[in-house]
Amino acid sequence: MNAKVKSTLVYGGSVAVGLVSGFFGGGGGMLCVPLLQFRGLDAKRAHATALLVILPICIASSIVYIVNGYFDGTAVLCACIGVVAGGAVGAAALDKLNGATISVIFALLMMAIGLKLVIA
Amino acid sequence: MTAQHIIIAVSALGGIIGGMGMGGGTLLIPLLTLAAGLEQHLAQAINLIAFVPMSIVALIIHKKNGYVDVKRSAPIMIFALAGAIGGSFLAKYAGGYALRACYGAFLIVLGVVQMYKTVRAVIKSKQQSKSERAAVEKVSSVGK
Repeated sequence: MNAKVKSTLVYGGSVAVGLVSGFFGGGGGMLCVPLLQFRGLDAKRAHATALLVILPICIASSIVYIVNGYFDGTAVLCACIGVVAGGAVGAAALDKLNGATISVIFALLMMAIGLKLVIA
Repeated sequence: MTAQHIIIAVSALGGIIGGMGMGGGTLLIPLLTLAAGLEQHLAQAINLIAFVPMSIVALIIHKKNGYVDVKRSAPIMIFALAGAIGGSFLAKYAGGYALRACYGAFLIVLGVVQMYKTVRAVIKSKQQSKSERAAVEKVSSVGK
């Protein structure tokens, strides 16, 4: 592929990752991983590095959301407690479960919840 | 169970999925709106804020293991940051209902992509083990 075309795709993709993350308040990481792989990173590095790209995005977007009045201290605190505790459990359980099975369940869950959101 | 308990419970579920490395945030938002009854914009704000402490911890671990490529991600980060600030301001002008429906469509696309990738990976690993078995059989038949 032409180098110019490739860099245009990468930068265009980067802006899209940001737009999606900011507009939907998440989900950019799932677009960022393939983009980093396209830049030549292997799967493991792409997953780890995606966090580095998403972190400043989350901080900046959080500030914009808070400035626009979308904030509830109690709810944020409850969510942080839940996410951190759940995150530790999930990371520990990862080794004990079949990757493909979880992945299929996750995919079905996303489709089902997506459908519910569109219909509701 | 109070509203706070429900938020903690669904966030823990989102965290478990996230801890397995599968974008827990993508499901945390609909869990917060559907199960905990929060407004869409607020749920998005919560997801963004909750991601910060979790990703800092994960990044420190990944950096130690040498999996973070700063050099090749720096330009992506800058362009993505510009997009994010624009997207965050745009979200204010989208109604909660429209935002929810768009998010639902986005989730369906992600689900289909995830399913495709998983099925492809399973088929690939099956083919690999088949060829490995064939190689082993060949070696053992030579041994006879």
